[in-house]
Order: sequence, then C-alpha cells, then structure tokens
Amino acid sequence: MKKVDARGLSCPEPVLLAKAAMDAGEYPFAVLVDDTTPLENIKRFANQNNKTIEVDEAGNEYTITFVK
Amino acid sequence: MPKVNDGRLIVGYDSSDDASVYLAREDLAIVQTIDFFPPIVDDPYEFGLIAAANAISDIYAMNAKPVTALNLILVPSCLPLEMVREILRGGADKALEAGLIIAGGHSIEDDEPKYGLSVMGLAHPDELWRNDTPRIGDVLLLTKPLGTGALTTAMKVELISKETERLVIETMARLNKNAAEAACDLDVSAATDVTGFGLLGHAAEMAGGNKRCSLIIDSEKLPLLPEALDQAAGGILPAGAYRNRGFVGDRVKIAYSVQLARADLMFDPQTSGGLLLTMAPSDALKYVEEMKNRGEDAFVIGEVTEYRSHPLEVI
Repeated sequence: MKKVDARGLSCPEPVLLAKAAMDAGEYPFAVLVDDTTPLENIKRFANQNNKTIEVDEAGNEYTITFVK
Repeated sequence: MPKVNDGRLIVGYDSSDDASVYLAREDLAIVQTIDFFPPIVDDPYEFGLIAAANAISDIYAMNAKPVTALNLILVPSCLPLEMVREILRGGADKALEAGLIIAGGHSIEDDEPKYGLSVMGLAHPDELWRNDTPRIGDVLLLTKPLGTGALTTAMKVELISKETERLVIETMARLNKNAAEAACDLDVSAATDVTGFGLLGHAAEMAGGNKRCSLIIDSEKLPLLPEALDQAAGGILPAGAYRNRGFVGDRVKIAYSVQLARADLMFDPQTSGGLLLTMAPSDALKYVEEMKNRGEDAFVIGEVTEYRSHPLEVI
C-alpha cells in the first residue's frame, strides 16, 4: 500500500498531499500525520470527496487509510 | 502576570478585554494596545495595511479615538530594504486613514519578519465599551464576514479565485473606524473585535462565565466570505481553528442541524475581523442603516437572553 508521509508539515500541505494521492487513484493508500490539525483536516477532506477512511492512532501519530 | 492594584487602572491584564485602560483624569481615559504578527499576505504594502488595521482595531472596540502609535518591526537582515519600506508605508497609510499619528517605533533583527503597532487612544471613561457586559434583550451584530483564517490558508497554495483573494485582503485591511463611529450615538451594551479566538472564542468572553446571560447565534445569519464554506468543508483550516474549538469547549452548545463547515468557520481565527456588538433591537436597525450610509455592512447574527444551559448556543 502506498504511504504518504505528511509528518511535520503544517496545513494546508497534508491535505494537498492527500489530494495528490487521491487524484492518482490507487486505493487503498495511507497518509501519516503527527498532529490533530491535519488529522481533522483530512477527515473533512475525505468527507467532502465521499471517501471512506480508517484512522489508526499510535502515540501522537495517525495513519489515515483511504479505503476507496 | 501579577495583578496590579491601582484604582486608576480600570481595565488591566486580569480582564480579557481588548486593551488596557488607565484613568488619567476623571473625564479622560487612556487606552493602550499592542499587536504584531508575521506576514499573512505576499505583498509587503498590503501586509502593512492589514497589520495596522488589526492593531488599531482594539482601540475602536473600546470606543476610543486612536491618537498616537509606535511601530514595531522585526526583519531578517537579508530582507531587501525596499520590502521594509513597503511594510511601513502600508502602516503609515492606514494610520493616516484612522487619523492616527505614528510617532516613532523600534526595529530589531529576527529570522521571520513581523510588523505591528502599539496604539494609544483616548476616550471619556463613561463612553468606553466593555466586552463582557451584554444586556439581556439586546441583539448581537457582526460587521465583517468570517473566513479569513481558512481563506488565507487557502491563499498560500492558490486554492481560491483572484477575486476572492482581493476581497479577503480588502476585508482584513478595512479599519473598524466606521463600525465604531456608526455606533457612537447608540446605546451599545458590549463590544469587542473578532480576531485570533474566532467568533465563538470572543463571544464566549462576551457572555462571561457567571451564567448571567446566554448569547444565541443563528448560524444561517452569519456573514461569510465567498469560498470560505467550501474551503472549510475541504479541510483547509488553520491549526488555530481547532485550538479555538478546544478553548471554547463546553461553553458552547451547537445544534446538530448546524453544518460542520459552518461551525468550523465560527472557530476560524480572524485577522483584523469585524466588531461584535450588542445593542437594543431598535438601535440595531439604526446601526445597520448608518453602516449602509457609510458603504459598509452590519449583520444581526443573534440575541442576548437570560442564561439557558450554556453561555453560547448556536442554532
């Protein structure tokens, strides 16, 4: 599965990386972030684009998997 | 910060008001404020305009007249002198518009540019507006549309149209001069300006924590900048929007029917936002009319009621 590392980036960069991966169209893919702001922003982005996501939390890192 | 005990300091650090107020004479209050921040737009002149409008805003929010100011500028040594001149020219032009004298200032080297002003204003103590004294039965008005936090985030990567970008810059660079002057003959019970804590953060300060009243905000009546809802819905929100949501916490009850993006914009940190005022419904009609005469807008967005279940309710 393709993984996009958006750790340490400030908004709106993580959302733009998620968008680039989504536009590439290879599902599933995951976006890795290390703050709640990009997590919340990517949740909103996924919702706006009718995408199903799963979030795994490990410490203060979040893996957001775009299922389809 | 230790609390200062001086009877002449009417508004100090311990209150959450917009500026400090010192009683110089029985009939004369000195209002002081300071604000500076890093560039929010690319153009140095426009950054100067916005930083100055933002700094002067606290004076208008207290119903004082801006009188003198000092520039504060932090610049990296590599920044071309022409850029520094442009920032200061923006500040000077905005000060001129406000009838404010920039009497001096201070510059210092720093890795990231920052600019702002320390502004001094004067008011009659009886005419000062406080931010935490809304009167039950009054209506709540807002004078600038929301969304500058989301839209300036979007502007960094050119996600919005040039027309919207222009409007965002003009909105941030607009003084709250008309917004204050149009209300100076009206019976304003509370006022503040909407800045970094977002609409709900500042409204929470206004409602206060003593369960005396509730502010009921109608989310459908909120003025929003174009494209703001779309950007918020797509997750283009600055970290401050989430911090503000946490800061307001359980002081607000948001109805389930309120769209998430609309709620997010109510937490969106504003740069040089509008005034948030409470006044009687009859005065509000006059105010909206007077603002129209001055070529600006004011929007009734809610009301002040007896305390319900939360200091703030969004319907």
